[in-house]
Amino acid sequence: MLFRAHKGSGYQTTTSMMVDRIPFFRSLLHAVPALAAIFLGVAAAHAGELNPHDMVLLDRLTWGINPSSAAHLQAVGTERWLQEQLHPAANVGLPDVVKAQIEAMPDVHKFPFDIAVSFDQQAKSANQVADPDQRKAAQQVYQQAMNDRGRQAAARSILRALYAPDQLRERMTWFWFNHFNVHQYKANIRILVGDYEDRAIRPHALGKFRDLLLATLHHPAMLRYLDNADNAVGHFNENYAREIMELHTMGVGSGYTQADVEALARILTGVGIDVKPEDPKLKPELQSQLVREGAFEFNPARHDYGDKTFLGHTIKGRGLAEVDEAIDILVHHPATATHLARQIATYFVSDNPPQSLVQQMAQTFKATDGDIAAVLSTMVHAPEFNASLKPGTKFKDPVHYVFSAVRLAYDDKVILNTVPIQGWLNRLSEGLFNHDTPDGYAMTSASWSGPGQMMLRFEIARQIGSGSSGLFKPDVPNAVDQPAFPLIQNALYFNGLRQTLGPTTLAALDQAVSPQDWNTLFLSSPEFMR
Amino acid sequence: MNRRDLIKAFAAMAPLTVAGRVWAAPATDARLLVVFLRGAYDAANVVVPVSSDFYRTSRPTLGIAKPDVGNPNAALSLTADWGLHPALRDSIYPLWAKREIAFIPFAGTSDDVTRSHFETQDTIELGQAVSGSRDYRSGFMSRLATELTRVKPISFTEQLPLIFRGKSQVPNIGINSVGKPGVDDRQAALIKKMYAQSELASSVSEGFRVRDDVYKSISEEMNAANRGAVSPRGFELSARRIGRLMREQFNLGFVDVGGWDTHVNQGAATGYLADRLGELGRALAGFSEEIGPAGWRDTVVVVISEFGRTFRENGDRGTDHGHGSVYWVMGGGINGGRILGEQVKVEQANLFQNRDYPVLTDYRSMFAGLIQRMYGLDNPSIQRIFAGVHPAELGIV
Repeated sequence: MLFRAHKGSGYQTTTSMMVDRIPFFRSLLHAVPALAAIFLGVAAAHAGELNPHDMVLLDRLTWGINPSSAAHLQAVGTERWLQEQLHPAANVGLPDVVKAQIEAMPDVHKFPFDIAVSFDQQAKSANQVADPDQRKAAQQVYQQAMNDRGRQAAARSILRALYAPDQLRERMTWFWFNHFNVHQYKANIRILVGDYEDRAIRPHALGKFRDLLLATLHHPAMLRYLDNADNAVGHFNENYAREIMELHTMGVGSGYTQADVEALARILTGVGIDVKPEDPKLKPELQSQLVREGAFEFNPARHDYGDKTFLGHTIKGRGLAEVDEAIDILVHHPATATHLARQIATYFVSDNPPQSLVQQMAQTFKATDGDIAAVLSTMVHAPEFNASLKPGTKFKDPVHYVFSAVRLAYDDKVILNTVPIQGWLNRLSEGLFNHDTPDGYAMTSASWSGPGQMMLRFEIARQIGSGSSGLFKPDVPNAVDQPAFPLIQNALYFNGLRQTLGPTTLAALDQAVSPQDWNTLFLSSPEFMR
Repeated sequence: MNRRDLIKAFAAMAPLTVAGRVWAAPATDARLLVVFLRGAYDAANVVVPVSSDFYRTSRPTLGIAKPDVGNPNAALSLTADWGLHPALRDSIYPLWAKREIAFIPFAGTSDDVTRSHFETQDTIELGQAVSGSRDYRSGFMSRLATELTRVKPISFTEQLPLIFRGKSQVPNIGINSVGKPGVDDRQAALIKKMYAQSELASSVSEGFRVRDDVYKSISEEMNAANRGAVSPRGFELSARRIGRLMREQFNLGFVDVGGWDTHVNQGAATGYLADRLGELGRALAGFSEEIGPAGWRDTVVVVISEFGRTFRENGDRGTDHGHGSVYWVMGGGINGGRILGEQVKVEQANLFQNRDYPVLTDYRSMFAGLIQRMYGLDNPSIQRIFAGVHPAELGIV
């Protein structure tokens, strides 16, 4: 219906005669009852204008402002909205249609361990095919199946980002994934990455940092990605130990030494992955030390039981408990509080967040034993944060850009296919689970505002703005493309967003020759990049 | 800086070093293209150690025959010890005769022996020491770009690769997927107006300029193809487009091409690897044509791969992950027609861990030596690009 309303109105041919196009769009709404009902319904929910402060707040803490989230914020008020976002219930419901899409994915009904085991068997049998060409074919089937799992995980991530009411938790889920980055194309991480996000990251995204760190440490995706699965007494691999200190906790140049890295690597020996059904062969005196949880395994035969000196502490060699002790030391190190506070503030406030803000957040981190929601609460209530809530201060990274465009264009009309979005993010070089190195994607604007990036954004703005672009054609054979059209010039626009646009942007929009063109220009505008 | 150090072709540049930065001349400037063969190509079957009996016994089904003018499947003679894969007969071999290509056997990563594609590609692209902490936002071509002025870097890849990540903003463009821009001229004009007062104004106008130039250059080629010219595909198409763009607009480029991980049925004089090589050879020859005689004289192309493959063939008529590789250096003005770098006799005793070519020329010292000569960079500059590295004196340029 919506689609036909635009396509069938003879729009392209009649607009050239229109002098003032915005009233024309409005009159179109009146002329087409279904459209008008949608718009006026939203408009009636919040008759007054949205204040710019709230609009920027929404854009800053969510995956992008849209009519329904703006209406909700206006209905409950700023502070209650903040509390909802900082302390959401464990499972605030996704819309039913989103749930149904997620439930249709095979992985969500299986234990991740079973998935890993069956993939492991598939890989083994593929490798055992005698004929080399058939073996190659079997290996390709295996690779394709892994690719498929990676795409499904990305689809889940995108659906949650677009439609979850607990938007801040979704932003933090992306942030922490990026902080504890793993790359899906290393080894078999494509089959692990969805579970990593769903079980290791999201449940702790607003919780205690220590729980989050330990959850990543126990997950096979991380142990594979940073090679700790290969770290054993006699042949150490210090890759993971270094990144825990350099990236995950204290930050580079914060006072630890190479000797500390080596000590942590020794502490982490034996922490690895095992998908075999039978336990490893162990000497009787070590058997009680074995720990297996799904694919995670602490294998005492691979552990270095010597004492270690780590950051000035003596750690008695005694098995997996050493890891907990070392993690406690790291979580309570002042450098960790500062490093994490600065990372969060860089993500939400600016490329160079005010030092005073970082200090307050770090103070909260220390005072609350690493409570992430408390740190965020300090941030959003700080005067420095409020001062930054001006339109145009924070440049969106590509993920934020694309998600915010789709949220605004379709509001709560749920897309049926995330593959176009996955493609856009890959083209913009910020694909989900796709960063190859442990540092994660850059969070500063300079990384995303170069000439090539801007051109891609305009092309993608055109794709999002000009039609449904495959978003409503389910990713199954012989799917029918459902009618849909991006409605950006909606009540939210007239009641709020329009007031945030500068005169040059308004002048450009006035020259739009069609709704498609208007959408393209709006999504390309400097205001929408921020 | 010693002017005599510069090769003839670059002598006219008269570079001027100010505070470690080279102020190079524009337009007819030195150009550098790095081609990364991802997947570890089987170097020993491309630059073949023809005088080694050990080679023949190690590769009973994969070995390439000794040079023999009567045998089209035989290696093409380079020197007494080395021959070239016959799939490169019409593309690369003529460049050898013109002394426009040199090979550096036993090249690779001296401090990375992980034999992991993932790890070693990262190692090379970062160009940093393996031990100690790494800066993942600092690829060596990005650091090179920072040291040069009037540099026009570009990555001909769908995503910005590690090698070009860093302080300077380097554009990337998936050269085979360039099509007519969706944002038309009218929209482009309106968008530029919206950004005219913004701090992104120059980024946006530069973006549209490059976009239009690239498209113009490529649509000329498409028009030619429509008039019945044979239209190249795959990497050959990429390389020809890159040649055109580096003739006109860019002078520091990177491109990668995959498909070299030949564990199974890789073939010998013909077969899978021969087909890939044929395409690579035609691509590089096509690049040299498109960049034109003047451009080619000022251009250096370096072909690298993350590591070599096992010297002995495996049970599947393929080869597995190895260590030392063979790098290629090409260009109209290089001192080519030679096999460069430290070398050892190819025999079992000289294999690394009794399985692979050793690394005798480290990739960093090779690049350091090359760019030092090409651009006349002083030592502080070189050290900012490759810390602690002693540039190799290979006499390539």
